Amino acid sequence: MTYAADLPVWAAVPTAFLLLLGAALALIGSFGLLRLGSFYDRIHAPTLGTTMGIGCVLAASMLFFSVLETRLVLHELLIGVLMVVTTPVTLMLLARAALYRDRTEGSDDVPPPPLPPVKDRDVRD
Amino acid sequence: MRKWLPFSLMTASLLSIWLLLTESLTPGAVILGLAVAFGAQRALMALAPPRVRFRHLRVAFDLAAVVLREVVRSNWAVAWIVLRPGGTERVSGFVRIPLDMRAPYGLTALACIITATPGTLWVEYDTSDNTMLLHVLDLIDEEEWVRIIKDRYERRLMEIFG
Repeated sequence: MTYAADLPVWAAVPTAFLLLLGAALALIGSFGLLRLGSFYDRIHAPTLGTTMGIGCVLAASMLFFSVLETRLVLHELLIGVLMVVTTPVTLMLLARAALYRDRTEGSDDVPPPPLPPVKDRDVRD
Repeated sequence: MRKWLPFSLMTASLLSIWLLLTESLTPGAVILGLAVAFGAQRALMALAPPRVRFRHLRVAFDLAAVVLREVVRSNWAVAWIVLRPGGTERVSGFVRIPLDMRAPYGLTALACIITATPGTLWVEYDTSDNTMLLHVLDLIDEEEWVRIIKDRYERRLMEIFG
């Protein structure tokens, strides 16, 4: 069983700072979802939470448990790696779905699809 | 040897993931980890993924440092955009960027780097003319972004993945 009160001050201060910083970044990211105007703008906001936000929280966790258990605790690194590899996939999926929708609706805000190769165009004409 | 160890890099990373998860370096954990890594690798072979050509480990560390710095910098930039009062003068937009790189793992890495960095998003890739569509939250100069992507990331990734 671990108790937060056993943590020495030199470790408690940076742990608290990192936790608060990470939480603040995640909060700002979520606030951005509310504040920004278009879908494509909004999709940028949550990356605050999934990059530096999660990074700070994981660093705080590593510091906290490494000091309390007096051994190096590293498996938080895995969470970081998996976040970095998986969140872009979700974001790209959402962005591409929005782009497809906007192009189908003929919106002027998005760039047109790249021209298909020449032989396809000949067939269609 | 190639038949049994075609993805030594993947086996090594799976093994290190296993050891990190179990948090032990006892012989039992290593043997079990090796078994899992080899099994997963054999299963992946059924998908016939393209081969990885990974070179220049030093450039990879260099790139990781650059990405880390950019992620921290753009976190502050995007946080400021979200928090600043008023702020209607900001323009976001799309930029089409011509690429020279065709290596599939290099493109994947580029897509992950760009999307993971707050403020930029990889939207689309066109195989026929090898261009990508980038969405930028705070777009000031389109030429500047083409230069940033090519000089900062693509050049290094082409060195790493050939």
